[in-house]
Amino acid sequence: MLYSIKIAWRYLSSGKAQTALLVAGVAAGVFVFIFMSALIGGLASYLVQRTVGDISHVTIKPPDRDATLLLEDGRTVHLVQQRATTQRDTLRNAEAFLPGIEATAGVRAVSPQIVGNGFVVRGQSRSPVAVTGVEPARLSAIANIAARLVAGEARLGNGGVIIGASLAADLQVDVGQVITLQSDRGIERPLVVAGLFTIGVDALDSRAAFVSLATARTLFELPQGLSRVEIKLEDLNSADDYARRLAAETGLTAESWTTGNAQLLDGLRAQASSGNLIKGFALVTIVIGVASALLLSTYRRRSEIGIMRAFGASRGFVVAVFVLQGALIGILGGLIGAALGYLALSPFPIPEEAQAGGLPVDVRQGAYGLAISLTAIGAILASILPARAAARVDPVSVIGQ
Amino acid sequence: MTPLLEVTDLVKTYGEGEAATQVLKGLDMQLAPGELVALLGPSGSGKSTLLTILGTLMQPTSGQHVMLGRDLTRARDAELTEFRNLHIGFVFQFHHLLPDFSALENVIFPAAVAAGRETARDRARAAELLERVGLSDRMDFLATQLSGGQKQRVAVARALMNQPELVLADEPTGNLDRESASQVMDLLTQINRDEGTSFLISTHDETIAAACRRQIRVVDGRTG
Repeated sequence: MLYSIKIAWRYLSSGKAQTALLVAGVAAGVFVFIFMSALIGGLASYLVQRTVGDISHVTIKPPDRDATLLLEDGRTVHLVQQRATTQRDTLRNAEAFLPGIEATAGVRAVSPQIVGNGFVVRGQSRSPVAVTGVEPARLSAIANIAARLVAGEARLGNGGVIIGASLAADLQVDVGQVITLQSDRGIERPLVVAGLFTIGVDALDSRAAFVSLATARTLFELPQGLSRVEIKLEDLNSADDYARRLAAETGLTAESWTTGNAQLLDGLRAQASSGNLIKGFALVTIVIGVASALLLSTYRRRSEIGIMRAFGASRGFVVAVFVLQGALIGILGGLIGAALGYLALSPFPIPEEAQAGGLPVDVRQGAYGLAISLTAIGAILASILPARAAARVDPVSVIGQ
Repeated sequence: MTPLLEVTDLVKTYGEGEAATQVLKGLDMQLAPGELVALLGPSGSGKSTLLTILGTLMQPTSGQHVMLGRDLTRARDAELTEFRNLHIGFVFQFHHLLPDFSALENVIFPAAVAAGRETARDRARAAELLERVGLSDRMDFLATQLSGGQKQRVAVARALMNQPELVLADEPTGNLDRESASQVMDLLTQINRDEGTSFLISTHDETIAAACRRQIRVVDGRTG
């Protein structure tokens, strides 16, 4: 093996210009692979962060309260059923699970909430709002309201409310002024506007109002229980697994963010597929390039191969020499391409810090190891055909020349 | 004395059917250990085909080929490759050195390919052989940097690297000037005398043939 490595290396180093071109071609392919990985990965992170970065990753919801219809096997029934509306769906004992959920590895934040609909009344103006009651200390646990404040402060007292800047503009109200919040239960409370936020999503900026959990309990007549518990994870890609695990362990209804964002996920999958296609083309180019160069080398070195065979080199030895050339080209090109890719991608900010309009490449998602391994494997596979051709060289046909 | 090599009723036919050409037509021959033999014959008589078969690079169509007591006509390719590496050396008319390797690396090749690496002992033997053929000052020269005579002397050293019992030389001086040819022939004679290696030298040159102790003539596919 050692000696076949020496011969392979000598063959590569004796044709420096050809080897340099070949390695450069492989490195370019690896660079494209890494750049596409970083771009597709970065773009996905950027999109997810911008679109679902401020929502709950897993939400614990109340179970369906309506009675289940029990039927014998094979029986069917047509049923028109009015959902019960006298009582709100609530999580009665979810609070007991909260300490355990908070202590789970991978959970970044937990926010118990009471939610409901209502109207903001200001003089003659009435605007519908979605009211979210949160613990004041956890106001920014899910959506980072504190970072999106454009006026006032992110402090929720019992008499305070934080609303979207668009809603405030519609109502012509500013920080420190009083509005009346009327819940769909008909309960009214005057509240002082403590802060205004702009998230960039119109549904939130013109329709959302945050109040304290205590205020929400009053507004929606819920002295105990919760409407839902929102959970934010360190890795939003683990949401499906976590939701399944949580539901199995606690018996609660846990829903991942992916359930309501199927279109986004489809888009991300399509984007990843097109990226994989381009990466596949880059690998195919590498394989064809290495195979054709080594095949040429086989023909050029026919007489040397014949002499080696005459002096006792086995067919396996000849195969090893050519496969090792492929492997060395693949590894060398892979390492150079990966290093160039890393250097070229390093100046770009990571998606979390990317500015709007910038190229959202993520140097951390370059898949360097995968690129090098696949290239090495591809180059080895590419060298098998030339190696087999080399091993079939008949020494007799060469010696007579 | 047990012969080093013996071929009996050796037949080699190229092609099939109407295009078939029989080159060896029942050839018999023996070589004893330590012999220096010239193989003579006109072009097309079958000398080169015989050398190729004796070198285990080709199998005969029929007949028997025994060397060192082993019937090589029944051996598989891998067995022949190993046998060739250990017991047979070659010197070709056109040296056939590996151009990207130094003189020393060319000489060491048969041993290194058998061991899978270049050992210190093999390097020492290769250096000793190059010194013996008068090229101690050219060891690190690439094959392409040597003259025709020097290349052929490197080829002789390479043929002797694994201390083979038989060296087959096909017109070893055919491509050299008179002085270089004489040097190479003196070298072969000296090695045969000192180390007892058997040589079978195919040649058209009567002077070379005269320097050998025995002559075998091949005429129309048979030994004369």
